[in-house]
Amino acid sequence: MTHLDENVDPLRHRESVEIASGVHWIGALDPALRTFDIILHTANGTTYNAYAIRGSEGVAVIDTVKRELAEEFFARLESVALYEEIRVIVLNHLEPDHSGALPELMRRAPQATLYLSTRAVSTLKALLKPKSDERPFEHRAVRTNDEVSLGDRTLRFLHTPFLHWPDTQCTYLVEEQVLFSGDVLGCHFCDSRLFNDRVGDFRSSFDYYYAHIMRPFKQHVVSALELIEPLALKTIAPAHGPILRQGPRRYVTRYRELSTSCLVDDVDDREKSLTVFYMSAYGNTARMAEAVCAGAQEREGVRVSLYDMEGGETEPFVDLIEEADGLAFGSPTINGDAVKPVWDLLSSLTVVNLKGKIGAAFGSYGWSGEAVRMIEDRMQGLKMRIPVRGLRIKLIPTEEELEECRKFGRSLADSLLGNFPNSGVIDMADLGEPSENRLFLSGHRNASLPLA
Amino acid sequence: MPKAKITFEDIDQTVNVPAGTRVIEISEKVGAGIIYGCREGDCGTCMMHVTSGWNNLTEPSVLEEKILRENMASRHDRLACQAQVLGDCKVKPA
Repeated sequence: MTHLDENVDPLRHRESVEIASGVHWIGALDPALRTFDIILHTANGTTYNAYAIRGSEGVAVIDTVKRELAEEFFARLESVALYEEIRVIVLNHLEPDHSGALPELMRRAPQATLYLSTRAVSTLKALLKPKSDERPFEHRAVRTNDEVSLGDRTLRFLHTPFLHWPDTQCTYLVEEQVLFSGDVLGCHFCDSRLFNDRVGDFRSSFDYYYAHIMRPFKQHVVSALELIEPLALKTIAPAHGPILRQGPRRYVTRYRELSTSCLVDDVDDREKSLTVFYMSAYGNTARMAEAVCAGAQEREGVRVSLYDMEGGETEPFVDLIEEADGLAFGSPTINGDAVKPVWDLLSSLTVVNLKGKIGAAFGSYGWSGEAVRMIEDRMQGLKMRIPVRGLRIKLIPTEEELEECRKFGRSLADSLLGNFPNSGVIDMADLGEPSENRLFLSGHRNASLPLA
Repeated sequence: MPKAKITFEDIDQTVNVPAGTRVIEISEKVGAGIIYGCREGDCGTCMMHVTSGWNNLTEPSVLEEKILRENMASRHDRLACQAQVLGDCKVKPA
């Protein structure tokens, strides 16, 4: 068995690289990759990192690689271990780029037990779709602080779900203080020098990966950090990108920074924020937006921001949306639809968590006014809550109608503040379609609203 | 038809419903904070906590129990897209 000195380029060899005593990188390099998972650019390609750990009572393999690069993975594994020595296989994450070589590995090392998170078991079945006559993988579901021993080496599991699939976990090699972090603390950056103190500048790749993969799951990142931060860390060995052995804690700190609200110092904990976006062709929806804001601002404890989408770009708007407790979109209806900038923004929100935010829609229209309902449906699809019925006004708002807009703003603010006027017990038979009745249920229905 | 009352505690709203109505059929109509994903009992997004009247909802199916387990549900958590109201109960987002 041989393995490479870290000074030898693994692009030209198919042998393992030692990252800690008895711990070897056995992954694969994919320098030509330019797009990952449809959504990510990978200007430097990526690596699929897998590791082998030798203990006094057997070998553990942590993660595999994507199927197309399996040969490279097996060659490196064979350079450091015999298949019959493998007792433990750990899958920190089942996405195909890490589980692609798993079926073949299990075939070559049938004596091994697969360790994966409790949430991964059903995913494993769905992913591998084993035939009925196939022997199921011997597997064990593990939780935080469960351990498996390799004799003189101990693997301890950390349950870190939703980073970025429900199944994700981290594995900690206690004696060497190595954290095999899965996709957490990883990035798409292919450099055959492997270690963070030797590769090129990958800071932007690290932040870019966080922004697209981890950002929608910030609350889960924070939960994972509660488990990771107390660990003694000599090395962080992620599933993609450089192995972090020089100042590994800096990267954990960076995750903490990226997962903390930008407004934490500016906004009182008890204060709620409402951000209103609008587009307006003739100034009618703009006047509605201003009135909605004015109404919301009448309520103490709500901080309102108003943005004309014509004057901004999607990315900073997404940042604003991420921080807001409530969002209102104003759009005129043009040819039976909301206007494109609204859809552009509403289709750019997969990188942030919207679950449970309050949403609302309003707009001026000429004759049919579909935009408001369509925006509400989209927000509901994005798991937002729509507590107040959308507000539509035909063409130019009158002073009375602008007062309706202010009332709409006050209702939104009340919903944000949790002030729900008790409307007693209502009967289900009095409920129509969702967006037809919310205003009524919140005690703010006004029959004079134009509904055509 | 027998009636039952369900209260959505997060918005302090009580609705009188025909027995057998699924919670999903009511909660969005009243703007309650329970959030839905797949709407067919597979993803666990709509987990809600039953604060009273636990026994006044239909029994969870084997599949619902599996999803609740996988999502580390607490005692008295249910999926709002699956649970049907049989008698008076109070719920809130889990």
